[in-house]
Amino acid sequence: MALKFPIYMDNHATTPTDPRVVEAMRPYFEESFGNAASRNHAFGWTAEAAVDKARKQIAALIGASDKEIVFTSGATESNNLALKGVLEFYKDKGDHIITLTTEHKAILDTCKRLERQRQERIDELKLQRLMELTGRDVSTDELATLEIKHDLEHDALLARWVDKVRVGARVTYLNPKKDGLVDLEELAAAITDRTVLVSIMLANNEIGVVQPVAAIGKLCRERGVLFHTDAVQGAGKVPFSVEDAKVDLVSLSAHKMYGPKGVGALYVRRKPRVRLAPLLDGGGHERGMRSGTLNVSGIVGFGKAAELAQAEMAAEAKKLEALRERLWKGLQAKLDLIVLNGSHEHRLPGNLNVSFSYVEGEALMMKIKDVAVSSGSACTSASLEPSYVLRALGIEEDMAHSSIRFGLGRFNTEEEVDFVIDLMARSVSALREMSPLYEMAKEGIDLKSIAWTAH
Amino acid sequence: MAYSEKVIEHFEHSRNVGTLDKEDPNVGTGLVGAPACGDVMRLQLKIGDDGVIQDAKFKTFGCGSAIASSSLVTEWVKGKSIDDAVKITNKEIAQELSLPPVKIHCSVLAEDAIKAAIKDFQDKRAKRGQAPAVTTQPVTTTP
Repeated sequence: MALKFPIYMDNHATTPTDPRVVEAMRPYFEESFGNAASRNHAFGWTAEAAVDKARKQIAALIGASDKEIVFTSGATESNNLALKGVLEFYKDKGDHIITLTTEHKAILDTCKRLERQRQERIDELKLQRLMELTGRDVSTDELATLEIKHDLEHDALLARWVDKVRVGARVTYLNPKKDGLVDLEELAAAITDRTVLVSIMLANNEIGVVQPVAAIGKLCRERGVLFHTDAVQGAGKVPFSVEDAKVDLVSLSAHKMYGPKGVGALYVRRKPRVRLAPLLDGGGHERGMRSGTLNVSGIVGFGKAAELAQAEMAAEAKKLEALRERLWKGLQAKLDLIVLNGSHEHRLPGNLNVSFSYVEGEALMMKIKDVAVSSGSACTSASLEPSYVLRALGIEEDMAHSSIRFGLGRFNTEEEVDFVIDLMARSVSALREMSPLYEMAKEGIDLKSIAWTAH
Repeated sequence: MAYSEKVIEHFEHSRNVGTLDKEDPNVGTGLVGAPACGDVMRLQLKIGDDGVIQDAKFKTFGCGSAIASSSLVTEWVKGKSIDDAVKITNKEIAQELSLPPVKIHCSVLAEDAIKAAIKDFQDKRAKRGQAPAVTTQPVTTTP
């Protein structure tokens, strides 16, 4: 079969919608356009029945009950709802979250906001205390100096006030081990009597590392802490069940499993019951946890995608792993000085993240413009910082800049993989020929011995 | 983010990639940037005793814009006097390649590389007790 360009190998970013999914969605744009919340006519009933079916399909994929699925606009919302919703609802129980430094930004930035909210509340209390102590009005600018002058750190009354703070959260960010996996002993040690939630992803979006969720879930259950997992990359790709993992909350996204964009779900356990404060107020849809008219066509597509993923997972995983190994072995046969990032063993079948020493990732992507992949290079982000996930694994910055993420998916073929191996080999060699670092390394110069002019 | 046609042209058909003998007294080598920052540029200039740049070669570890900036300056400096070459600014490079704001540092690096290469050449002369090379005759070649 002739190759069609460009070749898509960026299936962690998004996946093409499966034609069978598109077919299932089609009626819900025109003839069956009803609002699933319309209780008194056939349009509403049809829509509601379609949503109920999808709910069952999605629940079945993760071994849950359909009553435990809350539809959202996507996994970013699901992650926000899980963290903010749990922290707010259980604020009298505790205020501490434990997560990983390699989590998705939807988790990390939510945690940062919760930390900031708590700090802002504490700063308000400090101002109040300083007003009492000084007997005058105190401005925010004076806080830093007066705080030291009046030794607020050892102020017993302020400490009691702070103890009553019920907004935001305290967060522990654990670093994973070198292979990207969580250190279970470190996790156990980080749990305190104030911990309400542990949030650790099922599979990482950059390095594809699959976390030991069953062991994490067991630990959390024993310690009476809720466990949330962002299963966006892992669900439908590797075996996962909410019972085996003893997980309380699970974030899902349709468009990472060949469904449409703009629809996701949050699994919320019923036994033992997990409660959430909603993010959105309104019509009380989704058992009050997520108001807003349901995206019926999107949900139907999500349901179909979940059904297909469940039916085809075993065969698809086998195929993808074979393609992935073919790619990795092919690259290794043609190129030296390449390194696999993250655990090889505990990894999504379709993921390969490789650093090509002495070559910069964005230049490499430009060279292989017939293939769509991603890079951990800073040049591909607005921040000019290389991948924080690779950095968290202890990978040197230059190697992070040199990384390429291949995301193989349902529609990739052996022919495509073989083409990519050849193209990568040619492109990496060509860029190394023009890399001063490669030349210096070949001459035996230790690149670490050079006083570089960082800019 | 789309690349400008000129960046693509210089990236795909890079000019003057290579290495000059760094021990040659007439070769100045500029090595700027850092691997940790994702770009390292090495520019080498072969400069006559009359201060005219006879040849230029580069090797760059960096993104497409960094490679294009290096390739462009090798073309620009060839045939120029070193006095004129040091006057090349990152603004001119960025403008020629239509670099977006996030890529301006690539052009800064290229400007720094020219200056570093010329400084290395002059330092070599000073070490041998020679006066800095200055252009004695007007140079007609312009890029």
